[in-house]
Amino acid sequence: MISAIVRTAMISLRRDRGALLLSFILPVVFFSIFAVIFGGQHDTTPKVKVLVVDEDHSRISQRLVEGLEREGSLDVKTGPEPVKGAEQPEYTAPAAEAAVKAGTAPVALIIPHGFGANPIIFGPAGANRPTIQLLEDSSDVIAPQMIVGLLQKVAMTSIPDWMAEQGSRYLDQFAGGLTREQHDRLDESFRYLRERQESGAAAPDSGNDGIIAVTARAVVGENKNNPMVSFYAAAIGVMFLLFTASGAAGALLDEVESGTLDRVLSSRVTMTTLLLGKLTYNSLLAFSQLVVMFLWGWAVFKLDFWSHIPGFVVMGVCTAFAVATFGLLLASVCRTRAQLGSLSTLVILVMSSIGGSMFPRFLMPQAMQKAGLLTINAWAIDGFTKVFWRDEPVLHLWPQVLVLMGITIVLFAIARRLARRWEYT
Amino acid sequence: MSATAIAKSSAPLRVDALVKRFGELTALDGITLEVHGGECLGLLGPNGAGKSTLIRSIAGRVIPDAGTISVFGAQADSMSARTALGWVPQELALYPRLTCRENLQSFGRYHGLGGVPLDQAIARCLGWATLTDRAGELVKNFSGGMKRRLNMAAGLIHQPKLALMDEPTVGVDPQSRNHIFEMIETLRGEGMSIIYTTHYMEEAERLCDRIAIVDHGKIIALGTRADLIRNAFGSRSQVLARFAGEQDRIADWVAQRGGQVIDGSAQFTIEHPTEIGGLLEASEKAGFDLLDVSLRKPNLESVFLRLTGRELRD
Repeated sequence: MISAIVRTAMISLRRDRGALLLSFILPVVFFSIFAVIFGGQHDTTPKVKVLVVDEDHSRISQRLVEGLEREGSLDVKTGPEPVKGAEQPEYTAPAAEAAVKAGTAPVALIIPHGFGANPIIFGPAGANRPTIQLLEDSSDVIAPQMIVGLLQKVAMTSIPDWMAEQGSRYLDQFAGGLTREQHDRLDESFRYLRERQESGAAAPDSGNDGIIAVTARAVVGENKNNPMVSFYAAAIGVMFLLFTASGAAGALLDEVESGTLDRVLSSRVTMTTLLLGKLTYNSLLAFSQLVVMFLWGWAVFKLDFWSHIPGFVVMGVCTAFAVATFGLLLASVCRTRAQLGSLSTLVILVMSSIGGSMFPRFLMPQAMQKAGLLTINAWAIDGFTKVFWRDEPVLHLWPQVLVLMGITIVLFAIARRLARRWEYT
Repeated sequence: MSATAIAKSSAPLRVDALVKRFGELTALDGITLEVHGGECLGLLGPNGAGKSTLIRSIAGRVIPDAGTISVFGAQADSMSARTALGWVPQELALYPRLTCRENLQSFGRYHGLGGVPLDQAIARCLGWATLTDRAGELVKNFSGGMKRRLNMAAGLIHQPKLALMDEPTVGVDPQSRNHIFEMIETLRGEGMSIIYTTHYMEEAERLCDRIAIVDHGKIIALGTRADLIRNAFGSRSQVLARFAGEQDRIADWVAQRGGQVIDGSAQFTIEHPTEIGGLLEASEKAGFDLLDVSLRKPNLESVFLRLTGRELRD
């Protein structure tokens, strides 16, 4: 009896390609994606991009930069990428700050004038000691802390002679002669060290952490109430928009099955008109979903919605059109609702994982970040991030608008071509 | 040319040498027919005969491999033909989550209606289908008969000159079927030309002026009911007799006498009622016990059987 039940279920599964796809292919695909991202595939290990501005141009600062460049986990840039083969001038402090704001890199380090003369700190923070400035995009909570740590490590490994020399100077300064005054200064330093030890490690932006003084400053998102809300509103929003759009487009398959589509096409409505109608409806639905999601973000998570309305509308409309045509395309590829359910689950989850809806793309290896650009998710999230995180003007959204509208036109053309099979028997 | 102008100048429908193949299957095999103004032409045939393919070809939903279709002089699938045609498909092609009125609004708009004309058309259709009291109810909650009536109303909301009705009574109870007959008779009274497909002989006999008997994608007979019977049987009648005995022997004997055994009943065609006596005498001599015997005038089912050797509902 039990074997008969098992046999029946197995035959049903074997003949249900959608269920087979979901049972065996989807887990393998997901496993592979996560393995690539987090599994330490050595040739694609993610590197943190850091912009370095050397204002000091001393031997010490140069050796520090070279030490940072040797770090395998860092992608150090001292200037912008060449344009048409022409080398670009090195970053200045304002240029590096602008680049961080534009999202070129999550962190920039500014090595100030005079750093080489006094690279190591010892004792209480002094007003005159030059400190390295760390400019950070606070949406990336990992990169700045990683850079601060690596900076200390590089200081230890790239300028050991200077450290020794300066250490002896400190010894001479603080221990030599051991006058009353020197005792006092040593005591003061020891007291300082003890206090630090007892109070735990100071925060990176305290200006006195480690051997090299670093002052951290957020140049993006410094005034945001809740740094990641806008990112997740867009990231999760786009993923669910894709699911909704494919579900809504599935109504087309219901109409095919019930014969309603035939009846509609026997009226004055043509297939192109019908698809445009479906596209308009699905786009409106998607846009409304985005409005609800961002309004919820504003009401509950203090997302700054009202001051970003123009950018939201531009990105919302483009995203809505792109996901709506994507849904139409999926529906026009499939023959039944069941097929659509399986295919859309597979494709949307894959797109969402590599496109940044499940975890930020900046955490992914370079190759995966580039692959993400093949998805609607990545372009939509980038656009919304520009609007809500970087406060960029609407005109700066042109690459995202261009790509999303291009996707809309191309996918619609393909869907229209595939829908010819419904036009006539 | 407007639909009205076309209607005045041409026959509602002309189909000439229509051929449609689906792979190995020839669904339409050179069909030629014409529908006259105000006429109801029945397409009578068993399932799979090609009736629905012919209707769908006229509605522009199937592209034929050969032949032509002209609707009031316009090519099928042209905007003029779409305007002049009203198609009631066999499927319940409705939006179940919309109300009855909302369905009519949608299909009316698809046919280019709007504003007051649309409101008037909806009121007319609701009255015609006796659904006025149920106009605000969701279609998914309707009975089968109500859905069928709405299905018809949705296909004819734009007041076409030619209606294509593809088995509109499928799956409905006798009471609802009568209701639908009355709706169609109303349309006939208004002068609408109709093509009506069915595999129920009684429907064709009741509703249609002429009947085309369709089998294997061909029209095997076309004419009025009387023409069809006359052409197939002349003035002959049918004798139906049941015998007790070995059925194979009975079948052989019936075949020798020029008859057929269908559903255990021997059927013979006779010129005159007096021939019954001779038949019964012969059966007795052959050793069969007569259980019952009846005489009947041939009907469309008899015609179909005579022309194809099969029953209409095979």
